[in-house]
Amino acid sequence: MKKPLLEFTGKGIYCSAADVYLDPWKPVDKAIISHGHADHSRWGHKHYITHHRNVPIISHRLGDINVTGKEWDETFAINNVKFSLHPAGHIIASSQIRVEHKGEVWVFTGDYKTENDGISTPYEVVKCHTFITECTFGLPAFKWTPQKEVFKDINQWWAENQAENKTSVLFGYSLGKAQRLLKYLDTDIGKIYTHGAIENMTEVLRPLVDFPKTTLITKDTKKEELLGNVVLAPPSAHGSPWIRKMVPYVTASASGWMTFRGARRRRAIDKGFVLSDHCDWDGLLESIKATGAEKIICTHGYSDIFSRYLREQGHDARTEETQYGEEEDAGSKKDEFAPVFSEGEAK
Amino acid sequence: MKHFAQLIKALDSTNKTNIKVQALTDYFKIAGDTDKVWTIAILSHRRPPRPVNTTLLREWASEFSNIPLWLFEESYHIVGDLAETIALVIPADPASTEKSLTQFLEEMIALKKKPDDEKKAYLYENWKVLDYYERFVFTKLITGSFRIGVSQKLMTRALAKATEIDEDILAYKLMGNWNPDTISFQDLILEENESDYLSKPYPFYLAYAIEGEVDDLGDVNDWSAEHKWDGIRSQVILRNDEIFVWSRGEELVTDKYPEFDAFIGIIPNGTVIDGEILPYPKGEIGTFNDLQKRIGRKTVSKNLLAKVPVILKAYDLLEWEGEDIREMAFIERRELLQKLFYSVTEPSSSASRRSSTNVESGPTITSEPNPRQSAGRSASDLVSSRQARNADIVENLSPSAAEIPLHLSETVHFTSWEEAVKERERSREVHSEGLMLKRKDSPYLVGRKKGDWWKWKVEPLTIDAVLTYAMRGHGRRSNLFTDYTFALWDEKEDGEKELVTFAKAYSGLTDAEFRKVDNWIKKNTLERFGPVRSVTPHHVFEIAFEGIALSKRHKSGVATRFPRILRWRQDKKIEEANTLSDLKDLIV
Repeated sequence: MKKPLLEFTGKGIYCSAADVYLDPWKPVDKAIISHGHADHSRWGHKHYITHHRNVPIISHRLGDINVTGKEWDETFAINNVKFSLHPAGHIIASSQIRVEHKGEVWVFTGDYKTENDGISTPYEVVKCHTFITECTFGLPAFKWTPQKEVFKDINQWWAENQAENKTSVLFGYSLGKAQRLLKYLDTDIGKIYTHGAIENMTEVLRPLVDFPKTTLITKDTKKEELLGNVVLAPPSAHGSPWIRKMVPYVTASASGWMTFRGARRRRAIDKGFVLSDHCDWDGLLESIKATGAEKIICTHGYSDIFSRYLREQGHDARTEETQYGEEEDAGSKKDEFAPVFSEGEAK
Repeated sequence: MKHFAQLIKALDSTNKTNIKVQALTDYFKIAGDTDKVWTIAILSHRRPPRPVNTTLLREWASEFSNIPLWLFEESYHIVGDLAETIALVIPADPASTEKSLTQFLEEMIALKKKPDDEKKAYLYENWKVLDYYERFVFTKLITGSFRIGVSQKLMTRALAKATEIDEDILAYKLMGNWNPDTISFQDLILEENESDYLSKPYPFYLAYAIEGEVDDLGDVNDWSAEHKWDGIRSQVILRNDEIFVWSRGEELVTDKYPEFDAFIGIIPNGTVIDGEILPYPKGEIGTFNDLQKRIGRKTVSKNLLAKVPVILKAYDLLEWEGEDIREMAFIERRELLQKLFYSVTEPSSSASRRSSTNVESGPTITSEPNPRQSAGRSASDLVSSRQARNADIVENLSPSAAEIPLHLSETVHFTSWEEAVKERERSREVHSEGLMLKRKDSPYLVGRKKGDWWKWKVEPLTIDAVLTYAMRGHGRRSNLFTDYTFALWDEKEDGEKELVTFAKAYSGLTDAEFRKVDNWIKKNTLERFGPVRSVTPHHVFEIAFEGIALSKRHKSGVATRFPRILRWRQDKKIEEANTLSDLKDLIV
């Protein structure tokens, strides 16, 4: 039997024909990177290949690395295997990775979402034979509302807190969610303050996207000046001394996990907005259909449940273990709101 | 419904008590009268009976949302709440409805008697026209449990703010039996109506656990003490030749404990006793495990009545000669209680007995009169003409068991806190949970209050056990494995050691610890049985529990009372966990 084009190994998703890894979780010689979140772009590879807009992001996070930037749809060959990057719509510069060899096409989605968020290059359907899809939110309980409505709610929440002279603290990952929030916060209401992790990342992205003005919170920031304004902070800041100094404040989280009432209450967050950078249930099903793939491989998320459903629907679907879905917020603790997925979950 | 759903959403989206009270107060000011009555009923656990069983609900929800039943079930395990799962998976529809909360509840009451196809049609129709949150609330009303972090006390406080009626008076009005389907807001809340009060209990006065050292309570002579009995805290009401037995959960349990019908005609009308229902097998106080056999049985067989009879251990007297005496000092109420007790248990010799139980030096317990001594009364004297059931019971019991099942919770006398400490250490021997300390001059307050009454429980028993199974939690613990099963080592006949399940526990760890254990469980699952997973035996936890008794219903042969996790023993290997025989050694 011939070797599959992509294999799931202890180091990551491996293409033996090209001797290259996709988003490996252990140090390797050559890695093609889908996007800048820490669980996909890890430290220690000798050579990184990624979308050119992702270069400043991973350079910011990983320091001095050997990296090559590519355009969307630009085909590059390694040992006769053709690779190309296609927009995944997850965060700025996030790609799906297309791999073609001897007429066989595989697509690895990395993380993706089908809704156009207005910042990331929108997701594009890539036809393939085998589709490796994430399924972080692969349950019928997850259904997103259009972001326009969610941002209306978020801005209204901010305005209500302002009326009570309270500081609004909004949690989101420092890469991706924070900028998406920043882009749509209504600056007519007030000023936008940032946590250092978010300020630094946003600074890296300003050349790529037009964002409203932000003010970094420093030791000299008086809590009085924050009143009525909004503070963008990474989830790991929740409950930290940094935030406790801002009293009186109201907290909110913007995440797909806020779908569950329990997730918000467990963390003692005042308000939860359901806003995700991943596909919801319908988004996953639609994109799988659109790829025309014969084989589906489900990775991180509710992969076990999701692939069983796909099989019942007549797909050739299976699950594979990865180490994605952890440590999304680089340089800090992993996402405080997401459950932990791992081997046991996928069996 | 829109208003009510908004209220629930507001209550559900804050952890701050004053914001909850404000949301409720605002609601009570604007809602219609019948909606208000229903809201009070729902928040005081008086929902109409469930019109559709959850099996059908699950089937219909999966059918309506066009997903297979197994996928619905998996989603439910992860979401952790049935109504929430249903609300999430049902497809959104732009339609809406203006039906009121009252209308919905009336429909639900009528729905119970309808055939399944009508029930199904009703659910479809309403799930469709309600928005996500309304659908959640609607389904919650159907499934029953409505736990949204609002206690009856908090609701009463808001109602007091909205109506400007005293909170304690409202608490009193809301107790007992009333039917939200027929009572008006006027009658329930606003009207003063004496005859309604016949069955009404008083709100229970509950104590907090003692903080710090017992000496901090000051002069020992200011305090009265008694054992804290481990049964069902209850109020027994005798009014108008009728008896009403209320449990602390505000459940009317008169029919479950027919023994107390013997009080009618013996304890005078206009009497309310606060006490503890205790099992009394073989003529002595049993364990909570014995009482378990009676709890939950609506009809009690003669056999069970003979095997596990109950008594009322009287703590306090709240009403006497038809007067509310809760404002009286505790020792004065106790004086009246004792007088009542001796007059009904030993009418002829009450005076002499009381004089013989004077305080001796050192800690003593006022001895309890031997029920056999009062055998002067024959069984037939006790037969109440009111109920044939009564006569039946009495005739079928031996004369000694037919004694009036009233005992006094004896006052423990001591002259120093050291003596009190010694008495407390005896608690397990006498099947109590510890001591209750009550300030001698304390009135009987409403609800859980600090200061006058303290519970002073004995230290729990503990044992080191191995985590063997885990289940996802509910509510704020949904999607986290927080409900655990623990096992102890048992040596089989061939000398082989195996782990035997002995208790389940789901409290005692911090959120951070729960997340760690949850993470570990997901990585170390051996097998899955629906929502339950077996895990590699690896972690040792110290389990605390209040009491222990032999039990045929448990695999280990032992039942523990209120087991919870005391700490995670990351320093211990599973080989160092305790054995079943260690556990059995703890049985007194």
